[in-house]
Amino acid sequence: MPITPEQLAVHRLTRDEYDLIVKILKRDPNITELGIFSVMWSEHCSYKSSKRHLRKLPTESKHVLVGPGENAGIIDIGDGWAIAFKIESHNHPSFIEPFQGAATGVGGILRDIFTMGARPIAVMDAIRFGPPDDPANGARNRRILEGVVSGIAHYGNCFGVPTVGGECVFDPSYSGNPLVNVFALGVFKHDEVFYGRATGIGNPVIYVGAKTGRDGIHGASMASAEFDEESDAKRPNVQVGDPFMEKLLLEACLEAMKTGAIVGIQDMGAAGLTCSTCEMGSRAGTGIEFDLMHVPQRETGMTPYEIMLSESQERMLLVAEKGRENEVFAVFKKWGLDAVTIGEVTGDGILRVKDHGAIVAEIPNRELADEAPIYDRPHNASPYRPYPVEGPESIASGDLTADLYKLMSSPDLCSKRWVWEQYDYMVRTNTVLGPGGDAAIVRIKETGHSVAMVLDGNGRYCVLDPFEGAKLMVAECCRNLSTVGATPVAATNNLNFGNPERPEIMRQLVLGIEGLGEACRFFETPITGGNVSLYNETLGEPIHPTPVLGIVGLMETAAPVSPTFKTAGREVILLGGLRLEGCDKSRFGGSQYANTVLGKQWGLPPKLDMDYEKRVHTAIREIVTNGLAESAHDLSDGGLAVAIAECSFGANGIGARIAIGSDMEPVMLLYHEAPSRVLISTANADAVKAIAAKHGVEAPSIGQTIADTIELSTGGQVRVRTESRALRDAWENALPALMKTR
Amino acid sequence: MRFGVVVFPGSNCDHDAWYAVKHNLGHPVDFIWHDSDKLGNVDAVILPGGFSYGDYLRCGAIAKFSPVMSAVRKFAAEGGLVAGFCNGFQILTESHLLPGALIRNRDLKFICKPVELITATSDSPFTSTLRKGQTITVPIAHGEGCYVADPETIERLEKEDRVAFRYVANPNGAMHGIAGILNEGRNVLGMMPHPERASDPLMGSTDGLAIFQSMVSAFAIK
Repeated sequence: MPITPEQLAVHRLTRDEYDLIVKILKRDPNITELGIFSVMWSEHCSYKSSKRHLRKLPTESKHVLVGPGENAGIIDIGDGWAIAFKIESHNHPSFIEPFQGAATGVGGILRDIFTMGARPIAVMDAIRFGPPDDPANGARNRRILEGVVSGIAHYGNCFGVPTVGGECVFDPSYSGNPLVNVFALGVFKHDEVFYGRATGIGNPVIYVGAKTGRDGIHGASMASAEFDEESDAKRPNVQVGDPFMEKLLLEACLEAMKTGAIVGIQDMGAAGLTCSTCEMGSRAGTGIEFDLMHVPQRETGMTPYEIMLSESQERMLLVAEKGRENEVFAVFKKWGLDAVTIGEVTGDGILRVKDHGAIVAEIPNRELADEAPIYDRPHNASPYRPYPVEGPESIASGDLTADLYKLMSSPDLCSKRWVWEQYDYMVRTNTVLGPGGDAAIVRIKETGHSVAMVLDGNGRYCVLDPFEGAKLMVAECCRNLSTVGATPVAATNNLNFGNPERPEIMRQLVLGIEGLGEACRFFETPITGGNVSLYNETLGEPIHPTPVLGIVGLMETAAPVSPTFKTAGREVILLGGLRLEGCDKSRFGGSQYANTVLGKQWGLPPKLDMDYEKRVHTAIREIVTNGLAESAHDLSDGGLAVAIAECSFGANGIGARIAIGSDMEPVMLLYHEAPSRVLISTANADAVKAIAAKHGVEAPSIGQTIADTIELSTGGQVRVRTESRALRDAWENALPALMKTR
Repeated sequence: MRFGVVVFPGSNCDHDAWYAVKHNLGHPVDFIWHDSDKLGNVDAVILPGGFSYGDYLRCGAIAKFSPVMSAVRKFAAEGGLVAGFCNGFQILTESHLLPGALIRNRDLKFICKPVELITATSDSPFTSTLRKGQTITVPIAHGEGCYVADPETIERLEKEDRVAFRYVANPNGAMHGIAGILNEGRNVLGMMPHPERASDPLMGSTDGLAIFQSMVSAFAIK
């Protein structure tokens, strides 16, 4: 039966793509084959709009053992050990069904890690929603936030992986399109790495884990389309997660790998059985032939189309050495899991799917997996930018103390304890520094080393200038890691953008990738993999361009330096200095102060000097690792005033008396967000300044820590004065209070 | 003294308990598979935290049918030391080795944070190295840690000095602020907080180690 234009539209394939399919097959596809092509050639699986630009990213360094293309990137951490890590989005499912969407997002990225042989030891989440206090959409935004957080908690807590950090950001642009980006990291020895390759002709192809149902059919295609009024009807496309099953699958897979009988393994994620079979075959240059009647099914009467496109969770595909299947089966039996041979590796490079012996699909693996059309989408437009160049006439404020209260209790800057206390961030007893620090630190028990990690994105900067915004994001991640004493070594990225078929959105994507590439090259943090999530629009309204970056760093295991002040009477040093040059009103329009207090955005993001930034990183690492800082906290959203407040939120209530001797507009002085700065309290000011001077970094003393009070003066006048505990209460109580509103 | 840590499908604090005993306490420790009806040559049994059998049905409700639990019941009846932390506590109540039940937290949310506990009795093999009234900091991480029992049971627990630990600030709505209890023979302890997470200086507190050390000194006296 010939394929109709309606069927093509449903499968989101263009006429040209269809013609290419016909050319590859040398005949018309049947409906099962059309379904298979549609998921593999979807934006989500094929990266067809972004691929030619992703090639501009750096991917290599002396630490990188495996770069993009595998299930996760792998980095050498010394002593014969390695880490695998990656970030992935589950934006679209989380909007439609927040709890399961987020839960299965965690499940998917965990499988990407342990399919390579690594045991997951940490998860982080970057989540973005519409404002919880939005007059029109607040209730819905809170419901999505609540669902996403409990979904992440449900899956990660039960699986037994600590959720050690991340970020939770609010902006109206995410109101119709929340972002859920999940990062996972695992650890293993160099000789324990497995790849998703179907090698060895005649080797059995084995299906393990949960049974296949009708859930999640066309999830990958759904993730490649904009939302409209009918998106609710897509709820059945969202998968349902079972973290207990995943925990068993983890233990069984790692144990089965130790038998030596497994030659290749890949999880069934987006596009399920289709993706795992053709990618494993394509990577090895082999074919795979299997019969659907052997696939464990939990529903009756499933068609070949449904089985091939199901995105049921907690399933893996593995290829074992012929004759040693029973060793693999024994392990899965021990853990109470299904494991059945469904077919074998062939030499002809063809994915041949049978149903009770009759061929239902026959497609060359390489063309299906790797030769999706690649588009050079037009981007000869100015990036989409719904904000003016010019800001308001004046940014002066009547009450800077009230402004600080407003900022510290705003959804973006308030304490996210309500979120992260729902996550088990301690399980596995490796969390040296958990949520609330500048970066998370997880020790590797088997070595004397720890891995530090951080997630960051900044849609507010990127919407003003995607290129500079992306660079600022890389700088901040590396600064976060350096502030806890770690050396940044590698990155993974999640590019969240709108509809790439609009040139002004495509331009954002291209500029974002170029900025990311330039900064990652400069800071020596190659990108080892990641994810692109496009079509993040609802009813034509795109999200802020939001690249999210996860960077990992390495350090010796040691007691951590935390952000909060420890002792009164210590000198407070602003490493990096005030950074007032190039700091004017036009570069204030992306700040939290402009956004939250003035309710406006304009102009450009702050100015970044990458060379200076890098010297600040080297200096702070040296200061922290030599034990010279009692507390250290990098400046970011909200600038100096917010950083001082955050440093004053320890249980001891110690604040600071700060005096800035400049006549500049106080709002600008206290709240500008120039990068390259770290706030330190120290009993060894001379030693700190000597290290700063050695690296050519300014390190002015700006005040002392004092008991109970935060006092900020500029130009000889007190501008902000408050009890630190009162401000902390406002900061701590803001989100719980908001979440109680009905 | 040799410890044994039971591994159920879904246990996820088993390695943490193992590590705390082996490396922080410095005693030999074995894993015991749930399918085994023997405990091997161990002198004390730990039922670790996690989500045994996915916490499906009720937390601990399926684990109690594991072959290993028959062996644990016998071991406890003979006076052997059994400690259940978090999910282990839930399994002990489901198995009727301890009275009462653990239901969803007051706020219906999972809570992970360090909490302060008051040592309610030092008269037990698990708390003998602590002073009665001594405050220790140990993390909790549970969604269903609200201890409840009928009034007679609560009264008996109090009268017989069988409350081992109480929360300073009740995080989950537990009756009488109960964080951990003892059985009649005082050789079985169940507690929601995780002492294995407070046994290593790098984790921020080593207060939990006192519970393992108490077990060691009780065994030495025996």
